[in-house]
Amino acid sequence: MDQVWVELKHWLVGLAPSAVQPWLAALISVAAIIGVFAGLFALTTLLERKGLGRMQNRYGPNRVGPFGLLQPIADGIKSLTKEDIVPRSADAVVHFLAPLVLVVPVFLVLAVLPVGRNMAAVELDTGVLFFFAVGAATEVSVFMAGWSSRNKYSLLGAMRALAQMISYELPLILSSVTVVMMAGSLSTTEIVNAQSGYWGVFPQWHVFTPWGFAGFILFMIGAAAESNRSPFDLPEGESEIVAGYYIEYSGFKFALFFLGEYIGMFAISGLGITLFLGGWTAPLSFLTWIPSWIWFFGKLLALICVFIWVRGTLPRLRMDQLMNFAWKFMLPLALINILIAGLWRFMPSGLVRWAVCALLVVGPYILLGRALFQGRKYGVRTYRFADS
Amino acid sequence: MSPWFYINALLIVGSAVAAMSLRNLVHCALSLAVTFAGLALAYLQLQAQFVGFAQVLVYVGAVAILIVFAILLTRGSETSPECILSPGWLWGVGIAALTFVVSGGAILSSKLLPAIQGEVPSATVRQIGDQLMTKYVLPLEVVGLLLTASLIGAVIIAMRQKEEGQ
Repeated sequence: MDQVWVELKHWLVGLAPSAVQPWLAALISVAAIIGVFAGLFALTTLLERKGLGRMQNRYGPNRVGPFGLLQPIADGIKSLTKEDIVPRSADAVVHFLAPLVLVVPVFLVLAVLPVGRNMAAVELDTGVLFFFAVGAATEVSVFMAGWSSRNKYSLLGAMRALAQMISYELPLILSSVTVVMMAGSLSTTEIVNAQSGYWGVFPQWHVFTPWGFAGFILFMIGAAAESNRSPFDLPEGESEIVAGYYIEYSGFKFALFFLGEYIGMFAISGLGITLFLGGWTAPLSFLTWIPSWIWFFGKLLALICVFIWVRGTLPRLRMDQLMNFAWKFMLPLALINILIAGLWRFMPSGLVRWAVCALLVVGPYILLGRALFQGRKYGVRTYRFADS
Repeated sequence: MSPWFYINALLIVGSAVAAMSLRNLVHCALSLAVTFAGLALAYLQLQAQFVGFAQVLVYVGAVAILIVFAILLTRGSETSPECILSPGWLWGVGIAALTFVVSGGAILSSKLLPAIQGEVPSATVRQIGDQLMTKYVLPLEVVGLLLTASLIGAVIIAMRQKEEGQ
């Protein structure tokens, strides 16, 4: 069962004449990635609306199909048949290209994620670097969308999004550098293999080390900011700038932005799983009989549920809070974390190593947090108009 | 020279020409981003994965965005009504062609060129890292120092403006 998809692909490729086999193999991988992740996207939109609904004491969509399960299909048909409106003063070419420049890179980066044993579409020597490099192209798309719409709200949204993405890219990349240092490789497959052992029944995932735990938390915060998820959804803050950089997009182009944002979230969660949560490896050594791809997608769904949970729980940050958090708190902690990873690598294994590294993680966290709170008074919030 | 090289070269040169000649500054910046991406493709064709992806990460992801920010924060993105090419552009093209011919001729007649051809050098990330940390550690540190100095300089300039504003 573990290798069923790999064997299916080999069987399908074997049917074709040898001249077209490499092309067919690539095509099958691409079709599988697009099909699986687009299906997951449909599932996630429903899950998110249902989950948020439950957190807000309402039912969520429940009209289309049993329990509202066919809601994504209805949404898809709706956005396909909607009129596509381009503002008269918009820059037509850039306005048209922006959704494409978003969707193509977010699908491209999925190619280096090993979604199961032997199931990375492309084995790249520099997989992690490829992920961040191609992912950076989405920033250009955000700017193109915001600027070409000729709308001040969309331009403001794009500027916010760019400032946020550039700021949070630093802690994101620095926290994954620790994993690259420990695995000694930029290849995603190698990184998963480095975590595939077990201590007794417990897995040797990076998240179960002090530096890995700190790195994972920093990575997931950065991931939420990179994919513009709540509480970092200032770029599309409905109460201030309506919908941010895609305010002037309607119909299928809007759906493409929506798709791109969710696929981006899957991709960065998938990278988090690969780097810190052991990729496709099982969480307990006696569960290895369950196919590896089930573990990967199970972990992915769990992380998506955390994202939905966070969205239903936390309020949106303010712009200055956002910047201060990235530059004054997360960046120093990520830099210290690199030092801790180096220490972990060269200290003899044992309880002393654990104690020293854990202290180095917790100490700066508390000290920096205290220092940043100094001189600020946080009392009960008072409302000017809504009192009593 | 595979056909991919020519397609890519056409993309690089075409977008570079567009970056210089388009009237709208933001369009120029976006064409420049295409040029950067094309250069990254050229590195990838030369089997230099690390350099290629680093090029995308640094230039498309950061430098292009920085240029765009600079344009929007200073001049605005108004389209100039008249042609932005200066009247003496033919002279410029002539001088550029002359430079190209001279440097190309110098490279082609170099004695080192046949010696370099032959085996295709391949550099993995591990080799690059090893070299940077052993043989080239001093240049690396100097570059780091330079970048830190420029960063501090930028911060100081930004801070002084703020004090004057108050």
